[in-house]
Amino acid sequence: MMKRIFAGSYLGLLLVMLYAPILIIIIFSFTEAKVLGNWTGFSLKLYRSLLVTGVHHSLASALWNTLIIGLIAAFVSMLLGTMAAIGIFNLRPRARKAVHLVNSIPVLNPDIITAISLFLLFVSLGISQGMTTVILAHISFCTPYVVLSVLPRLIRMNENLYEAALDLGATPFQALRKIMLPELKPGMISGFILAFTLSIDDFVVTLFTIGNQGLETLSTYIYADARKGGLTPELRPLSAIIFISVLLMLLVINRRAAKNKS
Amino acid sequence: MQNSESIIDIGHVSKYFGEKAALDDVSFTVRKGEFVTILGPSGCGKTTLLRLIAGFLTVTEGSISIAGTDVTTIPPYLRPVNTVFQKYALFPHLNVFNNIAFGLNLKKRPSDEIKKRVNKVLKMVGMTDYEERDVDSLSGGQQQRVAIARAIVNEPEVLLLDEPLAALDLKMRKDMQMEIKAMHKKLGISFVYVTHDQEEALTLSDTIVVMSEGKIQQMGTPKAIYDEPANAFVADFIGESNILNGIMIEDNLVSFAGHQFECVDKGFESQEPVDVVLRPEDLYIFDPSEAAMLTGKVTSSIFKGVHYEMVVLTTEGYEFIIQDYHCFDAGKDVGLRVKPSDIHVMKKERLFNTFSGTVVDKAHVRFLNQVFECAEASSFTLGSTVSVYIDFKDVVLFDYEEDGLFGGDVKFILYKGNHYHLTVSTHGNENIYIDTNDVWDTSDRVGITFAPGSIHITNINS
Amino acid sequence: MAQPKFLTLLSLRRNWAIPYLLYLFVFVLIPLFLIVMYAFMDTEGTATLANFRKFWMQPEALNTFIYSVGIALITTFLCLILGFPAAYILSKTNTRGARILILLFILPMWINFLIRTLATVALFDFLNLPLGQGALLFGMVYNFLPFMIYPIYNVLQKTDQNLIEAAQDLGANPRQVFLKTIVPLSVPGITSGIMMVFMPVISTFAIAELLTINNIKLFGSTLQENIYNGMWNYGAALSLVMLLLIGVTSLLGSEGGAKSEEGGLL
Repeated sequence: MMKRIFAGSYLGLLLVMLYAPILIIIIFSFTEAKVLGNWTGFSLKLYRSLLVTGVHHSLASALWNTLIIGLIAAFVSMLLGTMAAIGIFNLRPRARKAVHLVNSIPVLNPDIITAISLFLLFVSLGISQGMTTVILAHISFCTPYVVLSVLPRLIRMNENLYEAALDLGATPFQALRKIMLPELKPGMISGFILAFTLSIDDFVVTLFTIGNQGLETLSTYIYADARKGGLTPELRPLSAIIFISVLLMLLVINRRAAKNKS
Repeated sequence: MQNSESIIDIGHVSKYFGEKAALDDVSFTVRKGEFVTILGPSGCGKTTLLRLIAGFLTVTEGSISIAGTDVTTIPPYLRPVNTVFQKYALFPHLNVFNNIAFGLNLKKRPSDEIKKRVNKVLKMVGMTDYEERDVDSLSGGQQQRVAIARAIVNEPEVLLLDEPLAALDLKMRKDMQMEIKAMHKKLGISFVYVTHDQEEALTLSDTIVVMSEGKIQQMGTPKAIYDEPANAFVADFIGESNILNGIMIEDNLVSFAGHQFECVDKGFESQEPVDVVLRPEDLYIFDPSEAAMLTGKVTSSIFKGVHYEMVVLTTEGYEFIIQDYHCFDAGKDVGLRVKPSDIHVMKKERLFNTFSGTVVDKAHVRFLNQVFECAEASSFTLGSTVSVYIDFKDVVLFDYEEDGLFGGDVKFILYKGNHYHLTVSTHGNENIYIDTNDVWDTSDRVGITFAPGSIHITNINS
Repeated sequence: MAQPKFLTLLSLRRNWAIPYLLYLFVFVLIPLFLIVMYAFMDTEGTATLANFRKFWMQPEALNTFIYSVGIALITTFLCLILGFPAAYILSKTNTRGARILILLFILPMWINFLIRTLATVALFDFLNLPLGQGALLFGMVYNFLPFMIYPIYNVLQKTDQNLIEAAQDLGANPRQVFLKTIVPLSVPGITSGIMMVFMPVISTFAIAELLTINNIKLFGSTLQENIYNGMWNYGAALSLVMLLLIGVTSLLGSEGGAKSEEGGLL
């Protein structure tokens, strides 16, 4: 019993440490003060200006860019990664091992190395940097995760399913569409979500590939903000909203997973 | 309901995976309405053969025709056969009805026809009212029934079954065997059934094809295969047997276990070494008397439900397994007798290990990708190609691979009454045959050496 | 007639990896090659070792490098000390509870890490704690702790309960069970946890600047500054130094993993 209480309070303490900063943000999203940490009384002004009156243009466009880049990168990664997973699955063991190795490079590489290497690629090729280069860069570090989430489903899949479809008269294309895709869908969806999350959270690679045409994503906007010595107040309610919605989403997913299991 | 019209023709089919031959020049015919079982241990090529018929693999050499059409290069979805897979391969995202209707939906049959046909096969496999069920919620036996229903609803000319009962427990398996047999009768189509279970094969089939190492060992009715096994492998694999080395003295007279016996086999050369098979139930066991052909002592006696299974060690040192309704306890002296017609004499597949090699120098010969010391090499010219012979008993095995000149895995063990005959496969996939008194297990990893002076060579032309 | 179509489709399935392989080639392999190329070149494009000489001679970059490795080691150590018990407790919790707790540990990752770091700054302000090395370590541990907990938890959770029971059966007391069975079995998780913490910590920038009011610089910042100031060749050389460190770490990591696998077999 003592043991359990001790264990429980240990986890509790760690969670308090992890959540303290987030709690600070949420608490201070309900006050107007320009500087984080100043309590000037309860107010919903920041929420109002974020949701109703509209924030100033640059934050809105940064948010917009982040979403666009995230969605495109995640979608392309999902297609490219799923195709790749099917291809890799059908390779001979030795070739499969080699591709696995290359696939793990972007996963293991620290952001900054990926960022610098891609920066050098774009400047060497003389490609002007902007939205396109950011998306290309994001695809390169998101796709491996799609491959890694689709491959296990292929491996776990009954190896005869595809053949069974052919046996029952499906052409290879029909077998793919009617049997393989429904089977791979969960892996593709989690790959998409993972890719989207990585993309919108990315800062370093974006910073190096976004160029200097004034394009901003949420990350680079916050970075520029922080260097100027402060956080745009509206980011507090924005973070709070993102946090709460992710929390809700995860709880729903967890509920459904638990339900499916029982 | 059989007629002689053939539905599947397998003509000289070989299949290579890289260097390795999974099937080596296999030919046979399945007649219309026939129940053919392909029987063999794992890795014998039986599943490869089935997959070639289904079209999931393409042959390296040879041809396959189904219903008079050459389908050698026809993809699976255009072949008039359907498969029941070992692990069922039901589509997890479709319910029972949609799994069964999959093939008919692809053919764009009208929905009332689909409904009618699905219901009909569901009734046939005893799964009426299960249409809406999720396939994951079914038991193994039920999934198996759905898998069969999904295949036969398309009214194929041939139903292929790949070890369909392997994942079921014993009781369930027996029930399903009967159902499959009844279904075969009712449908009137040909079944090609793959299994490693000899008892299943004997129960179900019109014809059994026994395979080993990519080759057909024997083909025939269950009775013919049981009563007249073509070689030691078949005898050992089908049912229980006493297999011994023997020598054919003359027609109708064979010597084994230290005695001469009258038999009904002829056509062998005088003094030809042969394999002799005696089924345990064909040996008579009784208290010692004048009538005994062999005498010995019971070393173990086990009650097996209907009969007793006893092991008798004869005075000459040979062990026999005997099944009888009467019990003779361990330690008892007994006499044994066998009818001439129950002695099965078989030609030996080989009398010694044979390899082709090259003479490297005066004292060395190269074969199995290795150089061996060989005293006989001195009388051959350098670089000449020779045949290498090594007696079964001159091969030495070690517990550790490193202790031998090269390594291998024990693939097959045959007890010959007073010694073991092993087949060991080297890493280069060459078979080496060994006679030994030591006990090994299948898939043991061993080191192999040849006793000095035991490597005999002759010129390849001589 | 059907043969050519069938064969092309069949071969197509293996070929499906080709677009991605091309992508990997252009956007992963060539860029890495460019780092190597730039590192051994001067601005004129002639081959030289000057960039590496500069790294070796200039105390600033070298010191930052050594300091960063130190910070990364300390962070990794702290994450391991704090994370292992957490992972162990989680693996002992029933599945449903553990799943929610794991989610709680991962959840903060969904907040942009810059915002989280700024919030940490605010927290330190709020608690009247000074910003500096302490804040930096806190921020690092805070950011990377989940990456340590998760892999260890994963391995521990998959551990065959029979192994622990076998150890008890063979006479191990709880302490021995923990030290001689659970810890050795979790080595693969620990290894990947270490890799997932150590390598990103060296390369982070921004976190250090924000948490130390620009007083402490990590190697990641050095890289970024050089590239930003147009010193591509020197920046590439520094990147290569980092890549080498990563290569060595991964090699040690995979060796540790292999060893533990051997140990597992015994």
